[in-house]
Amino acid sequence: MFKSIRIRAAVTIVICLASLVYLAPSLTSDLPDTWKNYLPTDKIHLGLDLQGGMHLVLEVQSAKAVESTLEKTVGDLKENLMDKRVRFKLRERTKDRDFTFEFPDVASRDDFDKILKNDYPDLETTTSEMAEGRGLVSLKIRDKRAAEIQKMAVEQSLETIRNRVDQFGITEPEIIPQGKDRIIVQLPGIKDTARAKSLIGRTALLEFKLVDEEHSLDEALKGNVPEGSIVAYESRMDRNSGRRTQTPLLLNGRTLLTGDALEGAKVQISDRFGEPHVSIKFNAQGARDFDRITGENVKKRLAIVLDGLVHSAPVIQERISGGQAQITGSFTMEEASDLAIVLRAGALPAPVNILEERTVGPSLGRDSIDKGTWASVIAGILILMFMVLYYRLTGFIADMALVMNMLLLLGVMAAFKATLTLPGIAGIALTIGMAVDANVLINERIREELHLGKTLRAAIEAGYTKAFLTIFDSNVTTLVAALFLFGFGTGPVKGFAVTLTIGIVVSMFTAIFVTRIVFDYLIWNRRVEKISI
Amino acid sequence: MEIIKVETHINFVRMMKSAVLVSIAVIAVGIASLIWHGGPNFGIDFAGGTLIQIKFQQETPTDKIRAAFKSMGFEGSIIQDFGPNEVIVRTAESGADAKELTSRVEEALSTAFGKGAYELRRIEVVGPKVGRDLTRKALLAIFFSWIGILIYVGVRFEFRYALGGIVALIHDVLITITFLSLFNKEFDLNIVAALLTIIGFSINDTIVIFDRIRENSRKNIRMPLMDIINTSVNQTLSRTLLTSFTVFMVLLVLFFFGGSVIHDFTFALLVGTIAGVYSTVFIASPIVLLFETIKPTGLKRKR
Repeated sequence: MFKSIRIRAAVTIVICLASLVYLAPSLTSDLPDTWKNYLPTDKIHLGLDLQGGMHLVLEVQSAKAVESTLEKTVGDLKENLMDKRVRFKLRERTKDRDFTFEFPDVASRDDFDKILKNDYPDLETTTSEMAEGRGLVSLKIRDKRAAEIQKMAVEQSLETIRNRVDQFGITEPEIIPQGKDRIIVQLPGIKDTARAKSLIGRTALLEFKLVDEEHSLDEALKGNVPEGSIVAYESRMDRNSGRRTQTPLLLNGRTLLTGDALEGAKVQISDRFGEPHVSIKFNAQGARDFDRITGENVKKRLAIVLDGLVHSAPVIQERISGGQAQITGSFTMEEASDLAIVLRAGALPAPVNILEERTVGPSLGRDSIDKGTWASVIAGILILMFMVLYYRLTGFIADMALVMNMLLLLGVMAAFKATLTLPGIAGIALTIGMAVDANVLINERIREELHLGKTLRAAIEAGYTKAFLTIFDSNVTTLVAALFLFGFGTGPVKGFAVTLTIGIVVSMFTAIFVTRIVFDYLIWNRRVEKISI
Repeated sequence: MEIIKVETHINFVRMMKSAVLVSIAVIAVGIASLIWHGGPNFGIDFAGGTLIQIKFQQETPTDKIRAAFKSMGFEGSIIQDFGPNEVIVRTAESGADAKELTSRVEEALSTAFGKGAYELRRIEVVGPKVGRDLTRKALLAIFFSWIGILIYVGVRFEFRYALGGIVALIHDVLITITFLSLFNKEFDLNIVAALLTIIGFSINDTIVIFDRIRENSRKNIRMPLMDIINTSVNQTLSRTLLTSFTVFMVLLVLFFFGGSVIHDFTFALLVGTIAGVYSTVFIASPIVLLFETIKPTGLKRKR
């Protein structure tokens, strides 16, 4: 290392100043403008447990994305077979997602095989048998393709959720993937958690379907749902009673248009009642489709279905050109604006579950900061006093190193944008306790060497040299544990691991490098022969 | 000031047998307590479930809170005081999807107590899937930290030192678990963090003594290892106690003033620190000797 005391002192001072510069924004909020232009302005980042907020772990049900792809592809295949006049019967067992085609003879099965091979590379036959002259073929999505779909579903969900959160207007949200199918969402400072959750967790699949008016709804409700139709419910809230009513509707199963065809969505207030509704605008293709659909189905009812629930089912009065439509329903202003957000951001490719939720209110966070800081300050002062009492001057030198240790630890945290959590504050306090250790080791060594009758100069030299390896080995093993803690931890625990790790590294610097400068200065420049230790 | 004079001559190695017996007895009590309590008292992080911290404006009887929770279908919720007018409610329920749960809680509380009479300070919902994941991750983290330390100490010192260190670490973790179970504390993520920290601290202490043993055995090749160990433990005794004392002091302050959120965390650390000092002095080093007598081939000392 550097021999010259001056150079070493200069290095120390530069490092301390750098820490101060990084720390300054956290200490005071009115920095001069010139500072804001050239120097760091980031405050120490507080974890959710300190500043309040919500932590969510979502699971993308990516298998559902594969299922719906299969459903869509099979539907397409069905139409294709009909077009090509292949005779078949489709046994759909939607419950097990099992699609089995039945063919009356070998010829039609061969035709089917050909079409499947040429046009549907993603599909694969799972079982294929001939019995009593009939062919039975079950289909599924190829494993490789299914894996791709799942991966894409997670990626797309991540993107969609990010869009929604951005539009919701939360500062510094964190949305990161975890593992194969999970997404972590962190929303600092959020107040209306229920609203945020419904905004994030909603699939927001918008579908336009015709109301089936040919068949009887009553029959369908009894369990005889006609083929190709589905029963869906329209939910309405009565303004006066605040009660929700659900009206069943029989819908044509075919989806005419989905939210993919949207270009934009915004909240508007209707002139007559002052009620908010969401006005949507289709993209070019969507507008053409909508124009055609409305033109072909005048006087029929078109249901607007969101996540399986009918929002409204107005009668088409006339062909609608221009690609504009409205979604009405008894919305509150918030509901309407959230709906507009999710429609703009798009639907999730698969439903998501909330696996884990942790919400901390801002007042608890404030309490934690106060108590944690308070406890750390008391602990720090106790240790500083103890060191001076026990080691006198040498203790004072160690104390200087300790204070510097705190400064550097916080400075490094600010510089690396590490997150401070409540266990992290405990970690800082513990670091104080640990940092003393290096100095205790050195000082005890020096004492021993002095007992052996060495001169102060030799004792200090030997003390530092011998203690160094010990300090190094013992701290590295502690680091090993801290690193596993980091790998294991989430949120608050991770914050603890971070402060502990930084604390260990910094304490080695201050306890070994910095205190040595002071000792050397006393011995060489001041010619001190005796020291209180 | 010196608490401990440099010249102590305590025969730690001879005390090893009784020390091991004491430790085994304590751990046996711990196992008994675990059986008595029907396994560790897993918090929602591992078992899955819901934790709700509520602060009321005024004193609210527990019965009323329990009734409110029962009305929303949370059977068998545990209600625990957590400071003035503040309670923690735990239920095993989490549901596969946490979307609805919190709004249900809010609805029931506001019908029972009125809006504004309470404040939801913290809500944690952990689904069973995440709970299982976290359990696995926690066990792996502890296990691999042992392996990591075993390897590092094995490389820097000798393998039998590493074994001694690991035995001491396992000891510390077991003792801490014993006390957590005796006081019926909950095992959550913070406790795992505490256990890993204890591992880090305890090995730190142990390494300092090992380092001294290594140094002394280089200096006095003729001296039997037993004497070297005794000398080394004695020589480092003041440092061991001093450092542990400062850490312990910090922990005490955190325990009393750090707030209830990290109360159990500091409790575990307090126990672990004591266990750590104890194992460092009485267990880790004598074990090295034990491995030496078992395996006399290990006699050659590193130069």
